[in-house]
Amino acid sequence: MRKVAIVGLGQTPVREHWGSNLRDLAVTALRDAMEDAGVETLDGVTVGNMLSGALSEQEHLGALIADYAGLEGVEGMKIEAACGSGAAAIRMAVKAVASGLMDSVGVVGVEKLTEFSGKFSTASLATAADADYEITMGLSFVGINALLMRRYLHDYNYDRNDFAIFPVNAHHNAQYNPNAMFRHPITAEQYAKSKIIADPINILDSSPIADGAAALIVVAQENLSQFKGKPISILACEVGTDTVALDNREELLWLKGAERSVKKAYHVSGLSVKDIDFYEPHDAFSIMTALSMEASGFAEKGQAIKFADKVDIGLKGKLPLNVCGGLKGRGHPVGATGVYQVVEAAQQIRGEVPPELQLERNHIGMIQNIGGSGATVITTILKKIGK
Amino acid sequence: MDIPRYWRLKDQRYRLQGRKCKDCGNLSFPPRLVCQKCKSRKSVPHEFKGLGKLYTYTAIYQAPDRFDPMVPYIVGLIDLEEGVRITAQVTDVLPEDVVIGMDLEMVIRKIYADGDKGPILYGYKFRPILKKMTA
Ligand SMILES: [Zn+2]
Repeated sequence: MRKVAIVGLGQTPVREHWGSNLRDLAVTALRDAMEDAGVETLDGVTVGNMLSGALSEQEHLGALIADYAGLEGVEGMKIEAACGSGAAAIRMAVKAVASGLMDSVGVVGVEKLTEFSGKFSTASLATAADADYEITMGLSFVGINALLMRRYLHDYNYDRNDFAIFPVNAHHNAQYNPNAMFRHPITAEQYAKSKIIADPINILDSSPIADGAAALIVVAQENLSQFKGKPISILACEVGTDTVALDNREELLWLKGAERSVKKAYHVSGLSVKDIDFYEPHDAFSIMTALSMEASGFAEKGQAIKFADKVDIGLKGKLPLNVCGGLKGRGHPVGATGVYQVVEAAQQIRGEVPPELQLERNHIGMIQNIGGSGATVITTILKKIGK
Repeated sequence: MDIPRYWRLKDQRYRLQGRKCKDCGNLSFPPRLVCQKCKSRKSVPHEFKGLGKLYTYTAIYQAPDRFDPMVPYIVGLIDLEEGVRITAQVTDVLPEDVVIGMDLEMVIRKIYADGDKGPILYGYKFRPILKKMTA
């Protein structure tokens, strides 16, 4: 297998982009990434997207985006893994380049969730869960996460308000990220008073639905001299899966998919949890951050909140989390999210994020993108290339 | 409207019918073609009794459209006596009276109506066990 690297980065701000359609968002991010990399064409394009069919009445994104991006005739395909679609598309690109089948693959994650009313988008997002046995019972996606959080509070004796630590941190960081949707800090008091959506989850536990596109270019490290973009090494991009329905899981509060994905990622990178300088968990809901930190080896079972408090997850802390605002602060354009996470981490390692967000220790970043409530988990580890 | 699906799932929704593995005896709900434990493809239908304990729950305040008229309603994960966990609404109880570990029994209730003129979907929900009548 060849070693792979990212040489180009692009992203649109995460917003309610009423004036732009899906293809223009995708093409903007992809062409920005190509310009950054200094390439005119690509061997392939993988598109991470979940809901273009349901919400934009548009499928067949691979060919469409390749065409509109000026890549006529280039192989292009859409990859879908619910909220994990973005990183799943990166995984496909890594496989193509590492195996030698292709030399350069553009990955673009794109999603438009504000085309219809929020309610319709919410119903569509729920298709990540089991249609016959979860959704027909009246569960929403928030509801599924609420089932997890309720049991977590029960088993580990936390107060609901203890979870404020994660969204408060995400919002703090997002205020410095010009591409973030929410650029205002929030307080633990605001969290405690915010409206309940599915008890015990409130609105400040929940990442906002949004539109956006992010892109990156994956190439082989042996060819780096052909590209002008500052390269970042992809040490791992590994997938683990679990049952889609929560009720069929072996242990409700243990993200087996995350454990499987992280174990593979540590194995192929030769790293361990101690080597990680900063971590980007999939904070679609606060409970997901806690479960992800535990299954990934950062904290013991039931200890994520105490651990986060102790190590300090802030920008000056020992384990900075969600440095550019995470899903909560930056926004969660589902199929694009996994690519945003990796683009932001690559910018961090390059030293190209706004000065307030630039970390002291920024050489190795780990990113976790989660589809559904943990059925598809993709863990990516990026590292600075020593030169 | 998804009439074939309503029809296809009738044994599950009205009778809580899952599968029992012919090789290792493992029970599954929903029915699976491949046993989760031993991977055998041989199984027979198995009806669950519909008694269990509440493992976790949520009260939903913002619901998908078709469930909007019922807000707030409770959805839980229920551990059936036979050792299988399933997802269902918990009914006949107020959100503030629900507790983890409470004993529940299955009932057939209206799940939702498919628009004003569409069919009404019925299926299992769970309620607190009614006191046994002593004759
Ligand atoms: Zn079996």
